[in-house]
Amino acid sequence: MNATAASRIEEREIPVSHKSGAGADRIFHLVTAGAAWFVLILLGAIAVSMALGGRLAFETFGWRFITSSEWDAVGGHFGALVPIYGTLVTSAIALVIAVPVSIGIALFLTDIAPRWSRSPIAIAIELLAAIPSIIYGMWGLFVFAPFMATHIEPWLADHLGSKAIIGALFSGPPIGIGMLTAGIVLGIMVIPFIASVAREVFSAVPSPLRESAVALGSTRWEILSRVTLPYTRSAVIGAVFLGLGRALGETMAVTFVLGNAHDLSASLLMPSNSIAAAIANEFTEADTDLYRSSLIALGFLLFVVTFIVLTIAKLLLLRINKQMGRTH
Amino acid sequence: MAIPIRRRFADVIAFAFATLATVFGLVWLFWILWMTLRQGAGGLTGKLFTQMTPPPGAEGGLLNAFYGSAVMIVLGVAIGTPIGVAAGTYLAEHGRHTRVARLASFINDILLSAPSIVIGLFIYELVVRTAGHFSGYAGALSLAIILLPIVVRTTQESLLLIPDTMREAGFALGLPRWRVTRQILYKAAMSAILTGILLGVARIAGETAPLLFTALNNQFWSSSLNAPLANLPVVIFQYAMSPYDEWHTLAWAGAFVLTAFILCLNILVRLLARKGKQR
Repeated sequence: MNATAASRIEEREIPVSHKSGAGADRIFHLVTAGAAWFVLILLGAIAVSMALGGRLAFETFGWRFITSSEWDAVGGHFGALVPIYGTLVTSAIALVIAVPVSIGIALFLTDIAPRWSRSPIAIAIELLAAIPSIIYGMWGLFVFAPFMATHIEPWLADHLGSKAIIGALFSGPPIGIGMLTAGIVLGIMVIPFIASVAREVFSAVPSPLRESAVALGSTRWEILSRVTLPYTRSAVIGAVFLGLGRALGETMAVTFVLGNAHDLSASLLMPSNSIAAAIANEFTEADTDLYRSSLIALGFLLFVVTFIVLTIAKLLLLRINKQMGRTH
Repeated sequence: MAIPIRRRFADVIAFAFATLATVFGLVWLFWILWMTLRQGAGGLTGKLFTQMTPPPGAEGGLLNAFYGSAVMIVLGVAIGTPIGVAAGTYLAEHGRHTRVARLASFINDILLSAPSIVIGLFIYELVVRTAGHFSGYAGALSLAIILLPIVVRTTQESLLLIPDTMREAGFALGLPRWRVTRQILYKAAMSAILTGILLGVARIAGETAPLLFTALNNQFWSSSLNAPLANLPVVIFQYAMSPYDEWHTLAWAGAFVLTAFILCLNILVRLLARKGKQR
């Protein structure tokens, strides 16, 4: 907004009234630039140290590290297919739940809720993100998993377990702990992240656009589906990727409710593992170099995948900023 | 001209869905908070704050865990804040419009959402493996790395909110740039930066994953930062996963204290922010 004024300051020569002032200026500049470089280098250092730490595992197993589902600590065979599969499935369940709910919340907060109630409700939804993941985990293990086992999962197994194609997803004993429970907990944790971005961009849609739609006789649903969502599409997709990045890397909540099993199973009701949960559960027990290296290699995979997902999210979110900047 | 019934129906459905979605989101919040309160309030005794973590089957408290967490949070803030404020200053002031600043700002946003367990692994490789043992220092360092991007971001944003006329006024007085930043801009942005640090504290107070293999845990009282250090999140994790009822009670009590602390900080921050806006 004040870009021209800022660049004018940028170009102006600093008055060198005190000679020491210029020297101190240099030092201050160097210190702050050093800190900024530190942030840049930090990310690179994390990637490099994960790659180095996981090198032994990658060299030993090659591609089989990703394609094999055998995880045998005693025999020294490590294949990460189960944790990778578990991470992807639980994150997918989380998004299936969180995306429509978050868009619904954003719509409710921008269009439907009485004005006085908007800010308290928005804060309450944001508080969902403030609750530490370990609390989600405890609640998931002691409260939600038993609830799933007694109320939801028997119903799912009875009604969907015998269906032709999706039946395989919902078969098995209702033990409460498993991919479905973990996915739902993840979904709840991701809702505030997607909802707050969606709400922000929904309320930033230029009012002439909305007003024109109203003048044409649109209903609220038509405004959302034909004006608001198309206009904010890239930001909403960016928010979804942001949520995905969170879900992929979430550790403690998943560790509690996923069951730490190393068997591959199609059923969502069965225990599984995720990359982050495997690291959290097993790292302090890893007694051989190869075992530890395999877990760090898992960390490397997680880091690379979340980096890509978050980069896509960021690029999409930057695009809407530019778009908004132009229309205002 | 009446709206056709099908369009009106779709509108009502969307309306109902959005309302239900909000109720759905709020239900979880209250369910989780209610269970934490109900299960945890019973464990809130004097012993909780005066006794050490017990062996299985015995009674005790969480004093060493509270202490260890507090020390690591303070140290984490002491390390992360200066670097974060300096980097945020570069992004918003001294390096604004430079390519490095734009890239660092981008990378910082990614660090902000990076999986915290990977940061734990990083500090393990960097510090624990080099030193040969787990330590409170390593735990504090990993908390500092989680705090850093939060401080960078809030510093950058609050500095960018300051109107350029303030900077111009400083230059007009003949002040060198660093004094403009330090004496005018920091003063104007102070409360916003403090808010960011408080939010960061709320975030790192509950972080468990990065402490699992940096600070580890310690069942006994230890004030040495150069040794494994007890801390609340890891104690809650271990006790909740254990089969002992006494440990479950302690885990819930710890969870309640932790949640109450973090929620109070969050609400305090929002009140401060609103007050700042009104002013």
